[in-house]
Amino acid sequence: MTATADRTAPRRPSAARLGLHRATVELKTFFRERDAVVFTFAMPAVILTLLGSIFDGVYPGSDVTSAQYLAPSMIAAGVASATFINLGTGIATDRDDGTLRRLRGAPMPPSAYFIGKILMALVVTVGETVLLLGVAVVGFDLSLPTDPTRWLTFGWVFLLGATACALVGIAASSLARSARSAGAVMNLPYLVLAFISGVFYTPVGQLPEPLVTAGSLFPLKWMAQGFRSVFLPDSILPQEVVPSWEHGRIALVLAAWCIGGMALCLTTFRWQGRRGR
Amino acid sequence: MTDTPAVRVRGLRKTYGDTVAVAGVDLDVAAGEVVALLGPNGAGKTSTIEILEGHRDRDAGEVSVLGRDPARAGLDWRARIGIVTQDGADLTELTVREAVGHFAHYYPNARDPREVVELVGLTGKATARIRTLSGGQRRRLDVAIGVVGRPRLLFLDEPTTGFDPQARRQFWALIRQLAGDEGCTILLSTHYLEEAEALADRVAVIVGGQIVADGTPATLGGRATARTVVRWADGRQETDDPAALVATLTRRYGGAVPGLTVSRPSLEDVYLDLIGAAS
Repeated sequence: MTATADRTAPRRPSAARLGLHRATVELKTFFRERDAVVFTFAMPAVILTLLGSIFDGVYPGSDVTSAQYLAPSMIAAGVASATFINLGTGIATDRDDGTLRRLRGAPMPPSAYFIGKILMALVVTVGETVLLLGVAVVGFDLSLPTDPTRWLTFGWVFLLGATACALVGIAASSLARSARSAGAVMNLPYLVLAFISGVFYTPVGQLPEPLVTAGSLFPLKWMAQGFRSVFLPDSILPQEVVPSWEHGRIALVLAAWCIGGMALCLTTFRWQGRRGR
Repeated sequence: MTDTPAVRVRGLRKTYGDTVAVAGVDLDVAAGEVVALLGPNGAGKTSTIEILEGHRDRDAGEVSVLGRDPARAGLDWRARIGIVTQDGADLTELTVREAVGHFAHYYPNARDPREVVELVGLTGKATARIRTLSGGQRRRLDVAIGVVGRPRLLFLDEPTTGFDPQARRQFWALIRQLAGDEGCTILLSTHYLEEAEALADRVAVIVGGQIVADGTPATLGGRATARTVVRWADGRQETDDPAALVATLTRRYGGAVPGLTVSRPSLEDVYLDLIGAAS
């Protein structure tokens, strides 16, 4: 094969187009896989429904019910599930079952794989958020804000939070030794974080201080706080750790996790399983 | 273009810790040839194939596959090779047609996915989820994905391990078709002697990470020129001219020679000698 023949040969499709094809395959695979749909997609909605129904009462000085307080935090947990757990277990499985190896054997630009994964995670995350909002609005009378600045806040918290969790999930996928262990490896830190970030344990201001300090190191606490600032009135602020929504700090911590997560991905991502090389 | 060999390997070495997996392999595969890398488990077949596929680093040696070094070759090179691995367990939730159609997108000049599904005999399973396929069907799907991009060179790593005899025969027919009608160059690894004999123009026997014999199935290990063994009721003799010996024996017995057999070493004898001597 000569250089001339290479030039006249039909061109390979672009990474962007292949990324779209990958996203189609990823979405089909995700929604046909019962485990993924049940554990990654339905679980946060089930937890919101259960915890929201168990606890009742209204926070003093406000008209916010326990379930309404829980709902925005569960949306943050849902975003984390649809990004961190979804990508972490998904990529660990791809590494274990030969998906990555097959793709590396095909003329696929590596970026196409990540475009496919990210588009898939985006669709799942948006679906998850809509599902949880639906449960909260229909089941627990959460009212959606009408003020556009609140939706703007929702937008950047969602974007930064989802991106940070997605990148950390991609990096964490390398910790799992096999597809079978991936679920446990990803779910343990997720559940611990959900507790110490004041998602399952409400309100966050009631958590023991060492746990709050530990939770404050990670993005979930800040994403949950950001979503509460969107959906809850300021009259609930006394229940927070500090009586302020701290938007500046939320943006700072989430952005830092995006940068750190990206650095982790670039330094730790492996195409091969541990058996390889 | 046709003068350059599809595969040229010189002095290939690969070690894992203290274990030497490939210990100086030399191998050539001409364009259009079907070559079998035959050896027992752990002989270095898969390591060698994976290095040629660009899936594994090598420690030493020269490797050229379709004129490029697999360790540095890009996506245009990948578009010209096809890979069928031995343990793919992916794609389970897609249908056969979806999977083959998806992989067709990667190649600049792919075949029609329907034709490829037909070629590997899975048309009846085209809309079945891949996790429902049998082992043999699953491997034929892997071949479909391996050839959908019209590769000039196809790697098959132990493609029929675990097949029942009927599935193996069907698989062989498919490989013969790819090699014959489609003119595909094929390098396959196997630990089944009869598979190498059935499919390959040339067999390279690999033991302990080294090629210990290389030839057509008929000449492998000096089989064509090996001395013939003549056995009869009262004796046994090796000879270069069995016809003359049998004639002598016939005269001596005055007719039929009791218990007469005349045999050249079978490919199995040669193979077992080769792997026995080397290990």
